[in-house]
Amino acid sequence: MSPFLFWIFALMTLIFGAGVVINRNPVASALSLVVSFLGLAALFMSLDAFFVGIIQVLVYAGAVMVLFLFIIMLLNLQTEERRRINGLAAAGGIGVALILLVQICFVIGHFQAARQTFPPLARSTTDDVWNIGALLFSNYNLPFQIIGVLVLVATIGVVLLSKRQPR
Amino acid sequence: MITLGDYLLVSGILFSIGFAGVMLRRNLIIILMSLELMLNAANLSLVAFSRFRVDPNGLPNYNAQVFVFFVITVAAAEIAVGLAILVALFRARQTTDVKDISSLKF
Repeated sequence: MSPFLFWIFALMTLIFGAGVVINRNPVASALSLVVSFLGLAALFMSLDAFFVGIIQVLVYAGAVMVLFLFIIMLLNLQTEERRRINGLAAAGGIGVALILLVQICFVIGHFQAARQTFPPLARSTTDDVWNIGALLFSNYNLPFQIIGVLVLVATIGVVLLSKRQPR
Repeated sequence: MITLGDYLLVSGILFSIGFAGVMLRRNLIIILMSLELMLNAANLSLVAFSRFRVDPNGLPNYNAQVFVFFVITVAAAEIAVGLAILVALFRARQTTDVKDISSLKF
């Protein structure tokens, strides 16, 4: 992928990701999150991870975002009224996040491999759905089944939680 | 040329944005969205390392991509349960603001 496209999609992911935090209206936040995830899916595809990019679009931009928008509309959330901002707490939150970012940049700066470009693949098109599926059903068979049970437990839990209690 | 460090930097900035969202916002829905941003930032660095470690056959390291698949599944289950708890909370208290939910605060 050309550096130009990489920076376009990286900026799209970061700007709309910041939009999620900055917007006061929950619907606007949810829609910025969709755009941010689409940019992230493009970055995954630029790393030749087409399967991960596709499930990113299907699961996040499709299912999870519909769930978020549905809940926002069900609860009829309006734009938050402007409360008095606790200056000390806000400065603390931004400060901790900035310290984390500086530390991450420091670690990347001292990481030798981070300055190398990506080695070329044997073929330009990889059969990654086949390869991931083969790993999933051989080496990672037990975790795959445990994930299935986890999703079942989550489904039952959601039904129980959102059932109206008899009074 | 794009290096591994560029992808790691984008991932780190995205994680910090999500972290700042969890620290700063008081709306529970926005906090859940920021959690999703943090999980996705971790996924981006996993996929970048997967593409960086090319094996002798010239294929990326698919173990990391299987891990990303698991992370996405767990995140989807987590968000479903989180939103169900949010709906139950809204029914009981008519609020989604973390400032109004302080019964357990010391």
